This record gives sequence, structure tokens and C-alpha cells, in this order.
Amino acid sequence: MRPQLNFATLLFLPLLLVAFAAAQENPYIVTYDHYLEEPGNLEVEYFSTFGTQRAGNDFHAFWAELEYGATAWWTAELYLDGQTTFGDSTVFTGFRVENRFRLLQQEHFINPVFYVEYEQTSGADKILKEVEGHDVESDYAVPNAISRTEHDHELELKLILSKTFHGWNISENTLAVKNLTGGNPWEFGYALGTSRPLALKASAQHCSFCPENFVGGVEMYGGLGDRYSFGLRDTSHYLAPVVAWNLPSDWTLRLSPGFGLNDNSHRFLLRWGVSREFDNFGETVAKLLGAKR
Amino acid sequence: MTSAKPWLVLVLLSQIAIPLAAQNSPSAESNAPRKFDKSVYLELAKAPAKAARKRNPMERDPDAIAAGAKLFDQHCAECHGEQGARKGPSLRVPEVHDAAPGALFWLLTNGVVRKGMPVWSKLPEPQRWQIVSYVKSLVPFAEPAP
Repeated sequence: MRPQLNFATLLFLPLLLVAFAAAQENPYIVTYDHYLEEPGNLEVEYFSTFGTQRAGNDFHAFWAELEYGATAWWTAELYLDGQTTFGDSTVFTGFRVENRFRLLQQEHFINPVFYVEYEQTSGADKILKEVEGHDVESDYAVPNAISRTEHDHELELKLILSKTFHGWNISENTLAVKNLTGGNPWEFGYALGTSRPLALKASAQHCSFCPENFVGGVEMYGGLGDRYSFGLRDTSHYLAPVVAWNLPSDWTLRLSPGFGLNDNSHRFLLRWGVSREFDNFGETVAKLLGAKR
Repeated sequence: MTSAKPWLVLVLLSQIAIPLAAQNSPSAESNAPRKFDKSVYLELAKAPAKAARKRNPMERDPDAIAAGAKLFDQHCAECHGEQGARKGPSLRVPEVHDAAPGALFWLLTNGVVRKGMPVWSKLPEPQRWQIVSYVKSLVPFAEPAP
């Protein structure tokens, strides 16, 4: 009897066959730096956001992320989003596909990366992976039964500028978003982040609690209005300390309590995430499919 | 929504298939450094003289080689190790052993992006020097394997 391979088997079987790669991840949840996934490696990530909501129910939004290093200058990602609004319901809220391209071959004083994303999400999406335009807290108070009937097709572009100097990473993202449904204007936003490992030198021993395994920092993000009303008016902004723990067992854990900076922002967002990187995923898939190298 | 489904499937499949194909395409393969292909080591000669002259601040650190070995195992062995896929060139060759530490540090920092080696400036400078210490400690093979 011929064994049947379904899509899920093809997707996850390679994960059983590949080696794990030690991660050296930044702690950011929202901000991107200029480092891409190593070629051929797959990073599987899960993130959660707990958010407080005035004039509505608190929520727990979550997303799964598959990040693949296509080449040393191109990383592709797929996101699947969902959320639970307490006292309401749990809903799948859409997907995103994203590509990041490194624009310069070598390290420079500032390193630019171009980011392009297409997302199809419902109005119930609450992962707050980016804040753009006039996004404000009251947008998220709508019950799921109503908000999920709204469907957004968005094109999102980002220019990522990043630099690492004496262990400090400084990253700035400028984003422009166009909702492709209806005549919506381009909306804008930003994210800023800085981080540093607790120790710059590695210890000779394999250890979980060595200071070099911890990266701490802070990020700030928010909206900048739209084409017709650019600026800070009716926008929301957040400040969030971030910490990542890169375990020798190849897992990375992230934690970030975020605080709204004005009355349009959620008062508190607690984010956490877990990720694991898999070596040579691409080659393993190719071998499974019978490709010759 | 219904009318959008066919092209959505196309978008999702292409997002998975094209990056996988890029990683495994013949052009990617031909661009990838060959094991023991001497030409790949010419990348070291591209280090600016000022960068190549830099001294390794970890060279007197008794733990540098051990720490570098750990870092190498975590981040580099996947491509350059003696086990595993070995997508990258071996580092146990005279070209690497005899290279200036500063040139190795420069190459590690900047990568060779067009040939598949990512930049490693995300590792703090002392860790990159620790890796250089370890790589310099590797004894070259007497005769490259065929």
C-alpha cells in the first residue's frame, strides 16, 4: 500500500529530520533589525499579546510565524493570526506573507533592509504587530461577531534601518500601509528599538544562565496618521521594555510588557514569544522531494 | 472572499515554493562555495588593509579558544563544520590558518552575502574575536580531501 503524504506531513516531517541551530535573536517583538534568517534555515515562532481594553473586553491575540532564509539577502515569512476576546469568542483573524531584502552586500554605517508584506486579515485582528495610521484603542472594542465581517487586504512596506555598534543594536522602521479594499489612503507608522546583550564576551562553558544569553532593550512604536492627516493627532503609541533569552538548547524566549503613551493607546500590553530555529530545512525538503544536489 | 481564493492560494504557495526554490536552485548551488575550492578563500584578500591589520584583543585570553569553539559549534559548524551539511568551505586549510586575524574578523563581520554567507555582526565584537581565535587554532589538513 502506497503511503499517503498530505500537506501537513510535508510541512512538518522535515522538522523531525533537521538539526537545531543555536539562536542569537534580538529581543524585539515589533521592531525589525537588519539581520535576516540564515540561508536554508527555518525559524518557527509563536507569539502572544495580552491587551487591556477600555470600553470592551480584554483580549489575548496570538500568531504563529514561519521564517525562512531563502538566501543570505532574502528572508520570507508566513504568519497566521488569531485572538480570543474574553467574554466573547476565539477567532482566526487572517494571514500575512512577508519578504525582507537586504539592500547592501556588506555592513555599513547604516544597513537598510526593504520589507514588503501582503496581509489578508479581518477587522477582528488584534495582534498589534505594527501600529499604523490612526489605529486607536477604541477600534478594538468592537465585538468579534461584527469586526470579523470586515475584511482587509493590505500592502505594507517598510524601510528598516539598523546598526550594531559596540554590542548595541539601534533599529528604526518606517512603515507605509495601503488597504487595497476601497479608497483608503496610505497610512504611516514607525518603530524604534535598541538592545544589547548583558555580556559581550561568551563564556567557555555551555550554560543557560550566562549573561551573554540574555539580550535586553526597549522599543517604541506608533502611528503617524495618513496621507491626508500626517502627524501624531489621533494616533496611539507604545513604549515597551524587551528581553530575550537565547537558550543553548536552541530555544529563544521573549518577554515584553508594553505601556500605552497616550489616551488613544491600550494601557497595557503583555507580549511573550517562543521560537526555535531549524538548520538546513530547505535542503531537507529538497531531499524529501527527491532533488539531487 | 470566494473570488479571491484562487489567487490567495497562489500567493501562499508561491510564498513557500519560491524561497525554497531559491535556496535549492542550480544558480544558488553554483554560487555556493565549493569545499576546498581555493578561489573561495580569495574573499579574505578583499579585507581592507586597515581591517586586516587589526590585532585580536582576545589573543591572550586563555578562554578565548574554548569560547570560540562553543560559538563556532552554535553558529558556524552548520556550514563549515566537519560534520553535517558542510555548505561552506572548510576552514582547516592553510589559507585560513595563515590569514591575518583582522581579515578573518572582517569577513565574519561582513559575510559574503552574494555567495550565501550571512553577516555576523549580530554577534558582539568580542564573540567574533573569540571565533577568530578558535578558527586560527585549527590545524590545517595536510592534504585536502578530494
